[in-house]
Amino acid sequence: MSYLMNGVQVALPPSPTQPCGLGPPSPALRERVPSAARRVRVRRSGLLAAGLASALSTTAPPLAAETPKSGGTLTYMIPADAPPSLDGHRETTFATVHSAAPFYSVLIRVDPNNPSSTTEFVCDLCTAMPQPTEDGKTYTFKIRDHVKFHDGSPLTAADVAASWNAIIHPPEGVTSARESYFVMVNKVEAPDPATVVFHLKFATSAFLPALADPFAWIYKKEILERDPHWYEKNILGSGPFKFAGLETGQSIKGVRNPDYYIEGLPYLDGFTGIYAEKQAVRVEAIRADRAAMEFRGMPPASRDQLVKEPGDKIAVQESDWNCVNLVTPNHKKKPFDDVRVRRALTLAIDNWHDAPALAKIANVHTVGGIVFPGSPLAATKEELQTIAGFWPDVEKSRAEAQRLLKEAGAEGLKFELMNRNVDQPYKYVATWLIDEWSKIGFHVTQRVLPTGPFFEGLRNGTFDVTVDFNCQAVVNPLLDVGKFLPHSVYTENYGNYEDQKEIGLYQQLLHETDPAKQRALMREFEKYVLDTEAHMFMTPWWYRIIPYRSYVKGWKISPSHYLNQDLATIWLDK
Amino acid sequence: MYRYIIKRLLLVIPTLVGAAALVFLLMRLIPGDICVVRLGSGGGTFDERAVQACHAQLGLDRPMFLQFVDFVWGFFRGDFGISMWSGKPVLYEIAARFPVSLEIAIMAVVIANLIAIPLGTISALKQNSPIDLVIRVFSIAGLATPSFWLGILFILAILDISQAAFGSPWMPPIDYVPIWQDPLRNLSMVIFPALTVGYRTSAVTMRMTRSAMLEVLREDYIRTARAKGLVEHIIINRHALKNALLPVVTLIGIEAAFLIGGLVVTEQVFNLNGIGRLFVQSVQNQDYTMTQALVMLVVAAFVVTNTVVDLLYAWLDPRIRYG
Amino acid sequence: MTIAAPTTRTIPAIADDVPEFRRSVLRRAWIFCRRQPLGTFGMLIVVITAIAGLSADWIAPYSPTANDFAAMTEPPSWAHWLGTDQFGRDQLSRIIFGARTALIVGFSCAIVASVAGMVLGVGSAYFGGRLDLYLQGVLDVVMAFPLIIMALAVVAIFGTGVHNVIVAITIPLIPRCARVLRSSALAIREVPYIDAARACGFGHNRIILRHMVPNVMAPYLIMLTAFVGQAILAEASLSYLGLGVQEPVPAWGLMLQGGAEEYASTAPWIAIFPGLAIALTVFGFSLFGDSLRDALDPKLRDR
Repeated sequence: MSYLMNGVQVALPPSPTQPCGLGPPSPALRERVPSAARRVRVRRSGLLAAGLASALSTTAPPLAAETPKSGGTLTYMIPADAPPSLDGHRETTFATVHSAAPFYSVLIRVDPNNPSSTTEFVCDLCTAMPQPTEDGKTYTFKIRDHVKFHDGSPLTAADVAASWNAIIHPPEGVTSARESYFVMVNKVEAPDPATVVFHLKFATSAFLPALADPFAWIYKKEILERDPHWYEKNILGSGPFKFAGLETGQSIKGVRNPDYYIEGLPYLDGFTGIYAEKQAVRVEAIRADRAAMEFRGMPPASRDQLVKEPGDKIAVQESDWNCVNLVTPNHKKKPFDDVRVRRALTLAIDNWHDAPALAKIANVHTVGGIVFPGSPLAATKEELQTIAGFWPDVEKSRAEAQRLLKEAGAEGLKFELMNRNVDQPYKYVATWLIDEWSKIGFHVTQRVLPTGPFFEGLRNGTFDVTVDFNCQAVVNPLLDVGKFLPHSVYTENYGNYEDQKEIGLYQQLLHETDPAKQRALMREFEKYVLDTEAHMFMTPWWYRIIPYRSYVKGWKISPSHYLNQDLATIWLDK
Repeated sequence: MYRYIIKRLLLVIPTLVGAAALVFLLMRLIPGDICVVRLGSGGGTFDERAVQACHAQLGLDRPMFLQFVDFVWGFFRGDFGISMWSGKPVLYEIAARFPVSLEIAIMAVVIANLIAIPLGTISALKQNSPIDLVIRVFSIAGLATPSFWLGILFILAILDISQAAFGSPWMPPIDYVPIWQDPLRNLSMVIFPALTVGYRTSAVTMRMTRSAMLEVLREDYIRTARAKGLVEHIIINRHALKNALLPVVTLIGIEAAFLIGGLVVTEQVFNLNGIGRLFVQSVQNQDYTMTQALVMLVVAAFVVTNTVVDLLYAWLDPRIRYG
Repeated sequence: MTIAAPTTRTIPAIADDVPEFRRSVLRRAWIFCRRQPLGTFGMLIVVITAIAGLSADWIAPYSPTANDFAAMTEPPSWAHWLGTDQFGRDQLSRIIFGARTALIVGFSCAIVASVAGMVLGVGSAYFGGRLDLYLQGVLDVVMAFPLIIMALAVVAIFGTGVHNVIVAITIPLIPRCARVLRSSALAIREVPYIDAARACGFGHNRIILRHMVPNVMAPYLIMLTAFVGQAILAEASLSYLGLGVQEPVPAWGLMLQGGAEEYASTAPWIAIFPGLAIALTVFGFSLFGDSLRDALDPKLRDR
């Protein structure tokens, strides 16, 4: 395997007129890219970055000749206070993935060498990516030989099928967080110890990306049958690292699995994941080399601070993030049941002008529609500018908002914005939104809740308007935009509305197989959701910035902090 | 005297039960369903049956009164139940985090008293002199400065100074090792939070020492001692200090409360895996059992400490002992 | 008058025709200033903060919540005396408006807590008996909870925001006040004239208001000033934990949360000034309260 990493493209040093070190305009503002491969922007810190771009490309180590070194322990920060449980099937928080993904194998996953690709997936436990048969409704996977769980027992197709059944059809009393992603699956079976077959109800291009879910860990069938809750507090996998200890609230450790089925991997001897919810601590730890990196994403200010360090010690990778904050008005609360008021809410926001400024202080960046910018299904700038909230002339937009409010009799409206107690970017986005709304005469206060009560508030609909979010792992636009569907169809929609026309549009979209027609349908769906009915609306897409100690090699950034976390390909150049 | 002791000891029990009732009530008043919070915290879907199973597992479907009795009885037996957030025994979670907090608390108290008692004495001896002024300003600054701000400045200072001095920034270790395993590493981690918390604690003690000393120095027997011609430092050490320190002893009980408060915030700043941080997390996660247990432990420690201090005070002060 | 009568030299000439009572108060205040330089300094800080808070609308150069993306994280300059924060908001204006929030929180908590403490403490001391016992038991229980822990629990129940923060901080302060005032009141309770007054048929209210309350005024005032400082600090801590006042309300504790730590290395003025504001204000109140106690407590006066 060869590694494309450092030196793929070097961004220019920060200039006074251009936002800090952000390279060329992101894809959402360009013509759509035929292949969804994302470019990775890498920066070198300190002296080298002082305008010596050409010198950089010669001083960067030659790529093909870089041979991974074995050994060493990677210490990284996990930006959370320990996950509620270690069961990947049950949890949806990145804390679980960052803690325990290295211990497990999955069936298929994103390519560690090209994790940003939305269409290429590679096998982990299977031997080859299958072609669907029977009109695209059957997928047959062959499972590798000689795979062992960490306790020595062999892993067979039966374990794979049992794990997937636990995800898709969980038994009574067991929670599976991704049940709704697999409504297209009829059943999963293992006819022999080396074959797993998925039978779908209908063919759809959304299946394979869903199958590559980073939480879909393969558990031991025997344990699942004996105690389906065992994996919440215990770890037994077949992944590149063996569990070596969990100090509650403090750190999780793993050691190299000598029997790993991929020759030569993992390179590391072990890893230590340290839990630290405070961002300042994480930044300082990286600055003082107490830890090498974190895998979620840091705000621009932290990156700037780290990069200031003299010497060549910090490298940075950046990417658009498959996460975005949305604004969801509660359709059951007056006056947000009036589409004019909702449209006014979105028309007041100046996305184009403010996004570059926000990108300097928060981890947001790209203005985009409901589809991940850079995906073939995403809108171009011109297409976006026809939608409310994206008009090029913000004065016109705000005037229209005022007019709508006057018509609806809701001028000078006072309401409360519910938000989650997370700084980046939730609270930053809220501060920005509140100021924008004050420009059309709204008086908005904020109610900030810790994560748990926040979700409760969402579910119970006890809010006027809320900051919402849509965070997905693998970029899968057809499934990802399900967030905008009414609650009756998509349980994680909190807008409290019903809309049969929207559901109809979506069904058409989901079943359409011609790419051009699919794109046109997506545009129609997008305009309907964001403009015509203004059910929910967008804020700039998140932006993932990972500064790390430059001795860490072998890791590539992807649009999701859930992906590519098994650490098998990482090595330390020390 | 013995009646006083018995009475004092008996008072502990209703206070503890009252505190248990209060914390139980507070927890139940927090809006929201812990099971919903727990299962849906990542934003994932869950079904009603899982919620009901969770309720049954946690005993939330039983009548309130039974839950309370269980809680109090469990407390006296030392059984605090299972954490609703992590599913592990509460005692296990607390025990894992207790050493850090204890170490910081002890170091803070030691540092505080090492600073405060001498400074408070000097301040009293030289009342209204420039030294007195400086010491008073120093002590009030300790009370006025937000401890987390101090902590932030501390960390920054360490990083910047080490960078200037050694070329690369140094930061105290972020993972805890017990003191017997690696004393140097352990101490380098604990000293800074201990200083931050200790400064605030010392401020209180300093002021109390000063005012107690001032009172004692005006007593007639001190005047007599001076008139007799005793050397000043014998007067201070042998007569004044012993009597002045008596009220300071009672301060230990109040210091404990300041310490806990200081710990909660300081552990956030320095990212220490202690019970202060655990407390904030469990309140935010609505982890009833954990919060109840933690609060009860803190309250019990507070009550016991104060009782011991009261009794100690009664024993030490001959006026009460023989009065 | 318990103060040794100074000569009229110490009173400004213009006060010559001021009524006797006013002159004596001025005299006392002047003596206080001379004897307690620290206390005067503290009072000065308190007054400045109060003026800032009250006249914020007029003296603040910018609006505290107006984002200005053209001027993000600017160091102190003539346009922005204390610099701007990451949203481009003027720090000086935010600190001035923050004084208002701090004083509102501080005084609300202090006044409510001390009045409630007065009622409970004096009432408990006056009526004595079973009422005293049970009330003290309840207060003991509440006092066994450290302040921040109680405040956290209350915020968890009622939610965040200025009003809830005030409630959250007031509740733990009440028993502390009640305790102190009760011991002072107890001392007066034992004096014979209280019993005599009861024998004369005076109502409870009259006795309490006319005899007991004036005698606990000294510790009451001291507690009041101490509470303001404690309340401001408690609010800052709660906001730091993210559970206090919320954006975009300008409050000093809130300014120290999140952004301040993030920018502490690159833009230290964001973290330094709000912290300084808190420290100075609480410092001022503490100094003032200290000196008040020194002045009012006869035992500590220099002979």
